[in-house]
Amino acid sequence: MTTEAQLIPGTTLFDGGAARKGYALNAMCFSFNEKVNRDAFLADEASYMDRYGLTPEQRESVVGRDILGMIAAGGNIYYLAKLAGIFGLNVQDVGSMQTGVSVEKFKEMLLAQGRGESYDSAHKDMING
Amino acid sequence: MAEIVGAYFTSHVPGIGGAIHRGDQQTPYWKPFFDGFPRVQEWLCEVKPDVAVVFSNDHGLNFFLDKMPTFAVGAAASYANADEGWGLPLYKSFKGHPELSWHIIEQMVGDEFDPVTCQEMLVDHAISIPFELAYPGAGEWPVKLVPIGINTVQHPLPSAKRCLALGRSVHKALASWQGDERIVVIGTGGLSHQLDGARAGFMNKEYDLFCLDNIARDPDALTQHSIADIVRLAGTQGVEILNWIAARGALGPQGHEIHRNYHAPISNTAAATLLLEPG
Repeated sequence: MTTEAQLIPGTTLFDGGAARKGYALNAMCFSFNEKVNRDAFLADEASYMDRYGLTPEQRESVVGRDILGMIAAGGNIYYLAKLAGIFGLNVQDVGSMQTGVSVEKFKEMLLAQGRGESYDSAHKDMING
Repeated sequence: MAEIVGAYFTSHVPGIGGAIHRGDQQTPYWKPFFDGFPRVQEWLCEVKPDVAVVFSNDHGLNFFLDKMPTFAVGAAASYANADEGWGLPLYKSFKGHPELSWHIIEQMVGDEFDPVTCQEMLVDHAISIPFELAYPGAGEWPVKLVPIGINTVQHPLPSAKRCLALGRSVHKALASWQGDERIVVIGTGGLSHQLDGARAGFMNKEYDLFCLDNIARDPDALTQHSIADIVRLAGTQGVEILNWIAARGALGPQGHEIHRNYHAPISNTAAATLLLEPG
C-alpha cells in the first residue's frame, strides 16, 4: 500500500496486512449473516468469540464496543456493520462512536456538509461545538 | 442485434431499502433523494430494457475474505438475496442470463481480464436497491440480470483505469451479442462517503461533481486518480465509484447525460443518480 494512502488522517486502509490481522474477527462477523449465529453470540459472547479464535485485542474491542479498536485489530467495516446491527447500531451510531461525539452532533455534521459546508469546517464545528 | 439502451447509475445505501420499507419516500429527509427517480422510472418505461448488466461490489454476503475476487462475473440462471446480517425482509430474486454471461466472460478473458466465474451467487443490497428504486412495486423484475462484481473491500483494489478498460471489454461483448435483447448497463454505489475511522462522515461534493461532470463525455478523466487519491477524495467507501467507471465503459465510446440528481446526505453518504444514453 502506498505511503500516501496510509497518511490520510483518521483513515485505515483495509489491505493485506489488515486482512491477515483481522481474519478471525471478520470471520465471526461474517457468520452473523445467519440469525442462528447472531442468537448464539447474544446468548454467550465469550464462547462465541472462543469459537472463532479472536485475539485478545479483538476480544477486548468487542467487549468494549470499541469500533476504532476493532478496526485497529483488523476489523473491516463491512463485516463490523453486521456486529453493529446485533447491538442495534446504525452507521450514524457507529460514526458517533468513532468520532467521540453524540449521534446528534454527528448527524448535524453530515447535514452541514449537505448544506454546502466543507468536511473540514463541519468536522471542526462538530468537535468544538 | 442487441441494443444498449443506456446506463443508469445510483447510490445503493442500505438505508434506502429501510426508507422504502417504511414508506418514507416523501418525508423531508428522503424526498430530495427519491425525487431523482420518477425520471428514471419513466425512462425505463420508454426504453424497455430486458437485460441489465450491473456493476457493483459485494458487502460480505456472497464473498468473504477467504476468497476475494478482484472481478467476478455471475453466470447463474437465478440470483437470490439473503440475510445480510440485519434480519431485514429479503429482496426479490433475479432471473439470470447465463448465455450472455458466458459471452461476456469469453470477451473479458479474450481481452486479458481474468474474472472469477460464479454459477452460484447471492446478490446483496448493492444490486437490489437500484431495482427497488427503478421499478417500485414490481411483482417481479422485468429484466434478466448479469452481475459483475468489483472488489472495493480489500486493498489492493483494481485501478480506475483498469475498471474503465474492463467496462469497455464488456461493451465489446454486448456489441457483438447476436440476440435481440435491449440492454441497460447499471453502476451502483457511491458517491463520496466514509463509514470507518475517525474520519467517518467525510463527504466531498467537489470531487463528486467532478465525477458527475466528466463521466459522460470524458470518463478517462476519472482515471487520473490512483486508488489512494480516490480514498482521499471520496472516502474509504467512496471507492465504489469504480462500479460507475466500469459501467460507463460498458455503455460505449460516446454517452450523454439525460438526467441527474445529487443530494447529501442520505445516511452517511452523498447520493447521486444519473442516466446516460449512448451517442
